[in-house]
Amino acid sequence: MMAYRRKTGCRNGQTANTEDGPHLIIYKKMERILEKMQDEQIGVPVKTVKSFMTKIPSVFTVEALHLAHLMAAHGYIFCIDDHVLTVKADGTYYRFQTPYFWPSNCWEPENTDYAVYLCKRTMQNKTRLELADYEAENLARLQKMFSRKWEFIFMQAEAQAKVDKKRDKLERKVLDSQERAFWDVHRPVPGCVNTTEHDIKKACRMNKSTRRAKGIICGSKANPMSEADIARSTEALRKEIASLKSRLDRRNVKISKVGESYVSYFEQYQEYDPFLTPPEPSSPWVSDSPEFWEVEKQTKEVPPRRVRRWAFSLQELLKDPAGREQFIKFLEKEFSAENLMFWDAVQELKQVHSKDVPVKVQEIWNEYLGPDANSPINIDSKSYELTKKNIEKPSRWTFDEAAAHLYHLMKNDSYQRYLRSEMYKEYLSGTKKKSSIKGIRSVIFPGRKDQNST
Amino acid sequence: MNELDNLRQEAETLKSAIRDARKAACDTNLVQVTVNMEPVGRIQMRTRRTLRGHLAKIYAMHWGSESRYLVSASQDGKLIVWDAYTTNKVHAIPLRSSWVMTCAYASSGSYVACGGLDNICSIYSLKTREGNVRVSRELPGHTGYLSCCRFLDDNQIVTSSGDMTCALWDIETGQQCTLFTGHTGDVMSLSLSPDVRTFVSGACDASSKLWDIRDGMCKQTFPGHESDINAVTFFPNGYAFATGSDDATCRLFDIRADQELAMYSHDNIICGITSVAFSKSGRLLMAGYDDFNCNVWDSMKAERAGVLAGHDNRVSCLGVTEDGMAIATGSWDSFLKIWN
Repeated sequence: MMAYRRKTGCRNGQTANTEDGPHLIIYKKMERILEKMQDEQIGVPVKTVKSFMTKIPSVFTVEALHLAHLMAAHGYIFCIDDHVLTVKADGTYYRFQTPYFWPSNCWEPENTDYAVYLCKRTMQNKTRLELADYEAENLARLQKMFSRKWEFIFMQAEAQAKVDKKRDKLERKVLDSQERAFWDVHRPVPGCVNTTEHDIKKACRMNKSTRRAKGIICGSKANPMSEADIARSTEALRKEIASLKSRLDRRNVKISKVGESYVSYFEQYQEYDPFLTPPEPSSPWVSDSPEFWEVEKQTKEVPPRRVRRWAFSLQELLKDPAGREQFIKFLEKEFSAENLMFWDAVQELKQVHSKDVPVKVQEIWNEYLGPDANSPINIDSKSYELTKKNIEKPSRWTFDEAAAHLYHLMKNDSYQRYLRSEMYKEYLSGTKKKSSIKGIRSVIFPGRKDQNST
Repeated sequence: MNELDNLRQEAETLKSAIRDARKAACDTNLVQVTVNMEPVGRIQMRTRRTLRGHLAKIYAMHWGSESRYLVSASQDGKLIVWDAYTTNKVHAIPLRSSWVMTCAYASSGSYVACGGLDNICSIYSLKTREGNVRVSRELPGHTGYLSCCRFLDDNQIVTSSGDMTCALWDIETGQQCTLFTGHTGDVMSLSLSPDVRTFVSGACDASSKLWDIRDGMCKQTFPGHESDINAVTFFPNGYAFATGSDDATCRLFDIRADQELAMYSHDNIICGITSVAFSKSGRLLMAGYDDFNCNVWDSMKAERAGVLAGHDNRVSCLGVTEDGMAIATGSWDSFLKIWN
């Protein structure tokens, strides 16, 4: 039969494993479905697409159509009188593709093969084998491309046509349609998607041989390990063991506890998810007005929804420029604003150019931690000693321990007091009053969250 | 050889202990815990914008922090920065290599980065004094393709590569500060935690790893998938992440419980996932598939809540804006669509 090019080392019809490319995984799943469909007992007598869809259990019609379309697009089933590889819910007839042509066999047919095929079609005197317009164009193009070896291609086509003529009429009809469907996959009708296309990331890997885990080589009687191999494996294993030990040091939290935290997280953030709770003002993408973005940015007229969010976490408070402004005012009243200033300075340090790092580190030290500090911060002696040591080798992370300690302090102390303060409460009710218009809206559109609920 | 055997034995014992610790914490599953939550109902989204301009497959996209600008990368050899709201192209940047696989937008809005088969992460400055866009730094060093990159800030970027490693770079000096080794397969994707102290990576060894950015250590490893992991994304609370794989499933892994909490799959879904992203509250997980669709999952109840159908070829990338207002999908059909 046809001797098209196949990928070397390709396996046929076995269970998928992690070495298989993504296409192969899909092909194997489709072939399993096909197997069921073609089974004598439970299979589908595929006469029409309608019976195909009713026989697949527990699947909605839309789903069945989608799955059927996928299988057709990859060439496993095809319509007998159309080049377009899809499945439609009408009365047309479909046929199974012969396993010889299944894409899992890793076909890589060349242009010469295609040329032979098209040429053969022109030799046969059947109207059903007439070339479609795009095929005629392809043939013309190929004749130009292979003008030098066209005689050879012609001879091959002749030889194949001869063999085909000898076949039984009915058998020929089926084989011809299957061969045509094969080429519909590998040389699709213009405008149709080529399902044999590979993601370039995966294509890179398909050409590489099986990898071995780096560094951990196993020896055998026939292949004893060299001194160097042993040393490398030992090193790699020691590293792995160290990493495993540190992982064991962790304490796992039970899923039941963790699960609860998801429920409460969702309760808190549901109203801030525009896909679930319609935003106010409405989404710019829908209303074509950027009002929502403008309101979010400004710090003067802050909607209560935003102010409420400041109570979720210190992180949320500091993320909002209006919240940050308020918090600084509060800290100034308590004479602890330098804590936040220090935190900000440490974040800035992470962004400066490497050559400026030592200078900035010194600046921060002088301002906040040194003996003559302008704005001394209060950290525990352990963090202080550690930071003093870090100063000797200044880096972007010199103050990380001190900053983490301070953040923790702010979170548990100043932040909590801020939330309980008159300042915050007044601000919250102040914004509520300002947006009384929205209060009216909530009467007109019942179901929105009550803004005066505690 | 005896020492080697002992070490192997020790490693196996430790791995076994880690598995036991996981089992001990596994007293229920997420779907049981959330059984009393209200279902989200049918999620139907409409295309609000279509961004036309690329001439070939789109391989990657990333939203800017202002939630209306995004950068996309295509095999036509261009990076395009769009104002998605007006659909205007703000910049069209020709690349030195057309085999681009990833792109990223710095949160300052001043830089974009990309990379691919050239193994190099190229940084482009968008706000030069002269007003044009130019390469401000090239970061060579990986010995495999660049699959993903994300800015920590204007000076630091994390990359993942087909050479099975990830790396943290100092952009100004062009040096690799930290190398993250441990994966035994191509690393396909990475996601930064909300507090930017850790990141998670997904690889072709079917595992994902949590890394400490500062000390380069792999803090935890999450097995479970049966094939390449193509995409990872953090859950908004920073304590969990979702993955998408060639095994046609997405999964949610919790960091505190050190294991899989939920799996998002269906018998009808046989194609692999290329990209994943959460909605603002984390309740919805969007996943782009090879079968041209994007499925919307209820992450808490592990049910499918909706489908975004509209592309004529594979959905290769997607992302949700910082403000959660919209989702962008990029496809091999050369278009980007904005939905909500």
